[in-house]
Amino acid sequence: MDRSRELASETGRRIAVQVARYRPDRESEPTFQEYEIPLRKDWAVLDGLNHIKDELDGTLSYRWSCRMGICGSCGMTVNGEPKLACATFLTEYAPGPVRVEPLRNFPVVRDLVVDIGDFMQKLSVVQPWIIREDEEPPDGEYLQTPEELADYKQFSMCINCMLCYSACPIYGLNEHFLGPAAIALAQRYNLDSRDEGAADRMEALSSQTGVWDCTYVGECSVACPKGVDPAGAIQRYKLTAATETIKSFLMPRGRR
Amino acid sequence: MTNATQARPYRAHMPLGWWLRRRSYMLFVAREVSSVFVAWFVVYLLLLVWAVSRGPDAYQRFLDWSANPIVLVVNIVALLFVLLHAVTWFRLAPQAMVVKVRGRRVPSVLVAAAHFGAWAVVSAVVAWIVLG
Repeated sequence: MDRSRELASETGRRIAVQVARYRPDRESEPTFQEYEIPLRKDWAVLDGLNHIKDELDGTLSYRWSCRMGICGSCGMTVNGEPKLACATFLTEYAPGPVRVEPLRNFPVVRDLVVDIGDFMQKLSVVQPWIIREDEEPPDGEYLQTPEELADYKQFSMCINCMLCYSACPIYGLNEHFLGPAAIALAQRYNLDSRDEGAADRMEALSSQTGVWDCTYVGECSVACPKGVDPAGAIQRYKLTAATETIKSFLMPRGRR
Repeated sequence: MTNATQARPYRAHMPLGWWLRRRSYMLFVAREVSSVFVAWFVVYLLLLVWAVSRGPDAYQRFLDWSANPIVLVVNIVALLFVLLHAVTWFRLAPQAMVVKVRGRRVPSVLVAAAHFGAWAVVSAVVAWIVLG
């Protein structure tokens, strides 16, 4: 009965959603289109977009998949903030309007769809996988203590949603910057006791466009929907890179 | 992908006032600007050393010049920016340093507290040398 009363009280409540549209065949820069949709307590921004696409305007383009904050596809700018559309509820923005734009700092392909090619390329540069000199584990698997797991676990929570790139003004000003998620993922493997690839990742990480481009705005860690701390990962690697440089200066022949 | 030539990705450029959009961006830009004032204090210190090396008259002239309202205001503003610089720097320290004692990670609050403590001690020693 509660449920029916809740639904009854919700009927009639509506919210305006202003969605950025960019149709390269029609306009030279994005414009906003406003849609009126029902305001439901259990609707995330993504549900609102799905309602628009299904009921109001089938031409709207956006990316989504899992609806539960794990696939990292539905990153968008909601009222100026980088958010996962599936994890951001419309009621937070009542009475509205809600402004939905594509992720900032990326080229817009169409409507809310951005070109993620740059991030994909940067991801591969840091080799985010376990690198071993001997590929075969000694006894079927590499063992790890809970403490060793704790060293990198938070960085392994990254879902590649790129909200951190959208929040980072350094990346916005300089697209060559390796960026928060790629560096955090590099650290995820560098800090893994099973990994031996830290030296291989060093060149990309300690280059001019690596950690040293970061001037610690810190917004990447604020934007992250999974509680990863990319800003912390980057500052930590700066210390590592500086230490390694001093070491190689003092002991030029003693590599590792 | 097939229509790569037809696709015209739209690239938005960051507006000149991007850092006004958010408080954290403004704080960040203020911290970046603070480096100018850090440099100013280095120059000021060098001027002081130079004046001292040239004898009591030069030192007195330096003190008179420092008492000039314009120099005073510049130094007060510079001090505020240098304090911002120092505080943000020490708050960053626990992010960069992961200290472990017997396998356990030292809480970041303690790492920051140690830095602030060391800063206070060094400041006290300098104040004691200068004023004492």
